[in-house]
Amino acid sequence: MELLRFTTAGSVDDGKSTLIGRLLYDSKTVYEDQLASVRKATTNQTTKGLDLSLLTDGLRAEREQGITIDVAYRYFATPRRKFIIADTPGHEQYTRNMATGASTADLAIVLIDARYGVLAQSRLHAYIAALLGIPHLVVAVNKMDLVDFRELAFLGIRDQFAEFARKLNLHEVQFIPLSALEGDNVVKRSGRTPWYRGPSLLDHLETVPIARDRNLDDLRFPVQYVIRPNLDFRGFAGQVASGVIRKGDTVQVLPSGKTSRVKSLVTYDGELEEAFSPMSVTVCLEDEIDISRGDMLAHPDNLPDSSRRFEANLVWMSGKPLEPHRPLLLKHTTTVVQARIPEIRHRMDVHSLTPVPANQLHLNEIGFVLVESQRPLFCDSYTRNRQTGSFILIDPISNDTLAAGMISGPEALTPAGPVTAEDRAARIGHRPHLILLPNADAATAQEVERALFDHGYLVYRTDDFGDGKAAADAGLVGLVFGPEARVSDSTILSVTDSTSDEIFRALHSVGLL
Amino acid sequence: MSDRTLTHLRALEAESIHILREVVAEFEKPVMLYSIGKDSSVMVRLAQKAFYPGKIPFPLLHIDTTYKFREMIEFRDRFCAAIGAHLIVHTNTEAIGSGANPFRLGTRKCCDLLKTRSLLDALAEGGFDAAFGGARRDEEKSRAKERVYSFRDSFGQWDPKNQRPELWNLYNSRIDKGETIRIFPLSNWTELDVWNYIHAENIPIVPLYFAKPRSMVVRGDSLIPVEQEIPLLPGEHAQTVMCRMRSLGCSPCTGAIRSEADTLPKIIDEMIAVRRSERENRVIDHDQDGSMELKKREGYF
Repeated sequence: MELLRFTTAGSVDDGKSTLIGRLLYDSKTVYEDQLASVRKATTNQTTKGLDLSLLTDGLRAEREQGITIDVAYRYFATPRRKFIIADTPGHEQYTRNMATGASTADLAIVLIDARYGVLAQSRLHAYIAALLGIPHLVVAVNKMDLVDFRELAFLGIRDQFAEFARKLNLHEVQFIPLSALEGDNVVKRSGRTPWYRGPSLLDHLETVPIARDRNLDDLRFPVQYVIRPNLDFRGFAGQVASGVIRKGDTVQVLPSGKTSRVKSLVTYDGELEEAFSPMSVTVCLEDEIDISRGDMLAHPDNLPDSSRRFEANLVWMSGKPLEPHRPLLLKHTTTVVQARIPEIRHRMDVHSLTPVPANQLHLNEIGFVLVESQRPLFCDSYTRNRQTGSFILIDPISNDTLAAGMISGPEALTPAGPVTAEDRAARIGHRPHLILLPNADAATAQEVERALFDHGYLVYRTDDFGDGKAAADAGLVGLVFGPEARVSDSTILSVTDSTSDEIFRALHSVGLL
Repeated sequence: MSDRTLTHLRALEAESIHILREVVAEFEKPVMLYSIGKDSSVMVRLAQKAFYPGKIPFPLLHIDTTYKFREMIEFRDRFCAAIGAHLIVHTNTEAIGSGANPFRLGTRKCCDLLKTRSLLDALAEGGFDAAFGGARRDEEKSRAKERVYSFRDSFGQWDPKNQRPELWNLYNSRIDKGETIRIFPLSNWTELDVWNYIHAENIPIVPLYFAKPRSMVVRGDSLIPVEQEIPLLPGEHAQTVMCRMRSLGCSPCTGAIRSEADTLPKIIDEMIAVRRSERENRVIDHDQDGSMELKKREGYF
């Protein structure tokens, strides 16, 4: 029996808890005494029928508020698979919880209310699923009973979502129309959606192929612990992060670069000929090489990147915002190193899902950053390897876990050829602008400059039109005020107001502030 | 050539071994809370596997309330000697000396003194910074939200609203002096997984788990063993019932279930058929609404 881990995301009132309750209930995982306390609670709250969502609402505080506030794990099994559900709240301020649940998931279910269609939050959920590299996505169009099981309602949502998913490089998307409350298409195909030819949700969960999701190509064996019970035995214990290691293989040890051959793969249950991800084994080598925790074994013809400076996506999970250059601890595979973030390249705006400039990252914000570690990390890009491409950041003072990181790759080296406008925008974090303030005085222009700067723009204020244009050509925001700004060119943004309030309003209306 | 997939039990095993090794590598002085029950038996086997061919590199700690079944204590001593484990037994002798028992104090106060207080004292006395526990997330609602690494402040308390996010298999082991972390390597196992693993691995367990005729007091739907001197209600008397324990705790607070299952395959069949959750027979979970969450906040396993 195979193990499938999945996560669920939905907006408030999408019926997510009811859906999970329905899966547990219909797969007979719920025990009768638990059900009895749900019956009791349901009558307490004078709700009609059995409120299945109560099966999953765990903590007292949550019952009082009627919302789910943290990741909860649920378990059920059918004769075909065992399932672990990371049940995460969908409210957007809980991005960190969804990322947590998504980090180990093979599949994500995004719930959409058939009445309301694809909301900004649905897009965010899909975006996080893509960011965390979940291989399979299910879009569960729920509450079909409330739209009379109309095919058009389903198709509209499907087309809208599919277009968006293509942009995210989400390829494996299964759309299922269902009613969690009434059970349609959850465990069994429903007679009320004769136009739907696909599987029920449970059918899909039981059969979606997941064996090929693992990386079995690149051997990465981070050494976790050295087992040395006596002078005759020296074994390197660890979990195979990816790939396959065989007895007799030549392996290279990082960072020393020395090579040796695998003498044996030792387990309590006897020696093995080969071990693959995610097995926990102990590797003995033919040669005496000094190896300790944090080192990595790989095949010499297939080594990971070794880098001290790399780019990564971060999900910020702490109430204390990320400020560049602050000393941090970084945990990657079995290594903890000192690190810092010298630069925030941009932040993702979660509503428009477009990059915007940022000086800080706040709780639940997602950013693309440059990371610098004190020692080189042996890593791969997260899209190729979820084990060696992931890391967490820890506050060395409070010990809190601050962020989850997904490595994109070593710092991009400057490509040959001239620097383009795109290169500048990527470095600076925003596009260039030239702004004319013909009727503003120097003091007003200074206020506008400060506001733009605090918003994350690299801005240069001048009363010389040529200088302003040069700043914009260099990728900055050129802000020209006074008589030289009286240029009539419809391609240049000109704000003819004279007070700072009016100018702020005008800049806000064009999306700059 | 196989397609190189693991069964769910082997996947869970690999995950648990990773956790055990990670803790031993990153903490100064770990200890394993050993309750003698089936989950502890599985956890000990996983520890043997994690450090093979070396010995288990930390002691086992049993919090003895003195209300455990005699068969449990016999099993404990025999088992630990057989595998060469270092066993520490800790009892809150002060509370026992002043007459703490569930009949006098009520279950809540008794647990508080003999389990929670005793555990916190033992951890402090031993200077342990990490303690493995056999709790599983499928046991109880509040456990479903607990992390694998569950942070406890210097008073041993759990704060459910302020848990560290836990991603991938990257655990944050950083603590300050006086703080501890409870580690739950069996977090993702279910009761059925535990039984299947015990069967597959031939792991020794306390005979109380197997059905046989036992002397019981029948109280309502509950079967209470006549092991300790239980105050009988009017009209109650001991009678012989074919039964077994589904989970093991202190004898006055652990009910038995009527069962014919006297072998592991029969127990597993019973588990698959059973529709009543295992902690139902543990009186302490029902002493107030959300009671396990309250106990955990105060530092209970």
